[in-house]
Amino acid sequence: MAQSRPVAPELAAIKVHGMTRESFLLRSTLAGAAAYGTLSATGLITKALAASAGGDVDILNYALTLEYLETEFYVQAAKQVKGLSGYERRLTRELRDNEAEHVDALVATIKQLGGKPVAQPMFDFGGAFGNRTTYLKTANTLEDTGVSAYNGAAPMIASAEVLGAAGAIVQVEARHAAMIRLVRNRPPAPSAFDKASEMDAVLAAVKPFIAA
Amino acid sequence: MTDSALRELADDPSSRKRFFKMLGGAGAVSAFSLALAACGDDDKPAATPAAAAASDTAKSNASDLEILNYALTLEYLEAEFYDGVIASGLVKDPKVVSIAKKFGASEQEHVDALTATIKKLGGKPVAKPRTNFGPTLDKGLKAVLEAAADVENLGAAAYLGQAGRIKNKEVLAAALAIHSVEARHAAALNILVGRGFGSGNGGLKGALPDGAFGKPMDMKSVLAAVQPFLA
Repeated sequence: MAQSRPVAPELAAIKVHGMTRESFLLRSTLAGAAAYGTLSATGLITKALAASAGGDVDILNYALTLEYLETEFYVQAAKQVKGLSGYERRLTRELRDNEAEHVDALVATIKQLGGKPVAQPMFDFGGAFGNRTTYLKTANTLEDTGVSAYNGAAPMIASAEVLGAAGAIVQVEARHAAMIRLVRNRPPAPSAFDKASEMDAVLAAVKPFIAA
Repeated sequence: MTDSALRELADDPSSRKRFFKMLGGAGAVSAFSLALAACGDDDKPAATPAAAAASDTAKSNASDLEILNYALTLEYLEAEFYDGVIASGLVKDPKVVSIAKKFGASEQEHVDALTATIKKLGGKPVAKPRTNFGPTLDKGLKAVLEAAADVENLGAAAYLGQAGRIKNKEVLAAALAIHSVEARHAAALNILVGRGFGSGNGGLKGALPDGAFGKPMDMKSVLAAVQPFLA
């Protein structure tokens, strides 16, 4: 398993252990440049990455970081946010419990693949729990971001089984996003096609919540 | 609804552009053409490693095309259903009307995108299936919205069931972009019909019908489930 090291100063503050950013970026490039059939064909490097459980572990650890974040967010929200309706409190607990199950599943999967799960980072959600409005707005952003993160990373997963696990999780993140949006009286599915984000963009979006 | 919400509700052309970007440029089509040219007769052993690789590629392509056409059938069904719901005049609540219109428009975008993708890959898109929503519409508003909620849950399960089988990574990216939208639709409609979370109860009911993890359904099961809606 490759060790992680900061490759750009702005990422140094993000303590995400066990993830090789280079391998992730290389695979992004390969996926982006793939003409039909490239991933099954010639390049030795391509095949090595595709076959490497290490690559899938990297992606799962990236997902795990996000799931740790969402779980902690809802754990704290359930305790701190005032002014929620009965339904909204039930929804908060349901989301919290779902995210906690995602954490457990990802940790177990990473271990099954012989990898080391990243440690849970320290989070700081600032004033997000100050009132119902900021809580729901932040929840909306986190869920939408989660969907785009999984959609961006999933095509690079080598194992069909790991892909199935990621798909099972992203489906629920998307459901969460719609449910929070409905509570905010926003369109639950504003686009016909959901976004797929690069790791850089996602980590930049969540960086404010990761305590130094 | 506020202005900004209405704007969000309106067509989002950038998401369509995003979808097609995922499918790459001419590269995908030309690779397939090469594969076809090199392939020759599938039954004969490949004459060269290049021909063998091309034959594998053609088989992968055929498999992906089958999946895309299956998805297209489901999207046609969904688009037709929403059209029928709006046309029936059964829905009075303006919030629900706008959701049905938005979801229907998205399903139509899915139809258009899948059709274009299939053609791009050198395949033949399936014809629009003949549908039979009459009996459902006859049962009234509640039954109609519940059917919509069920069909969206089915759609999400269908895409999840195929994700691991798609060979072309660009096609996979495109399928995932649709899958999560079907999941959004499913959750929203199930909440709107008053089913709540439904977690872990299984079946197609509830905003979170299978709890924390979506459950895949295979092609045979999905097609059997939609059979009542096909004429």
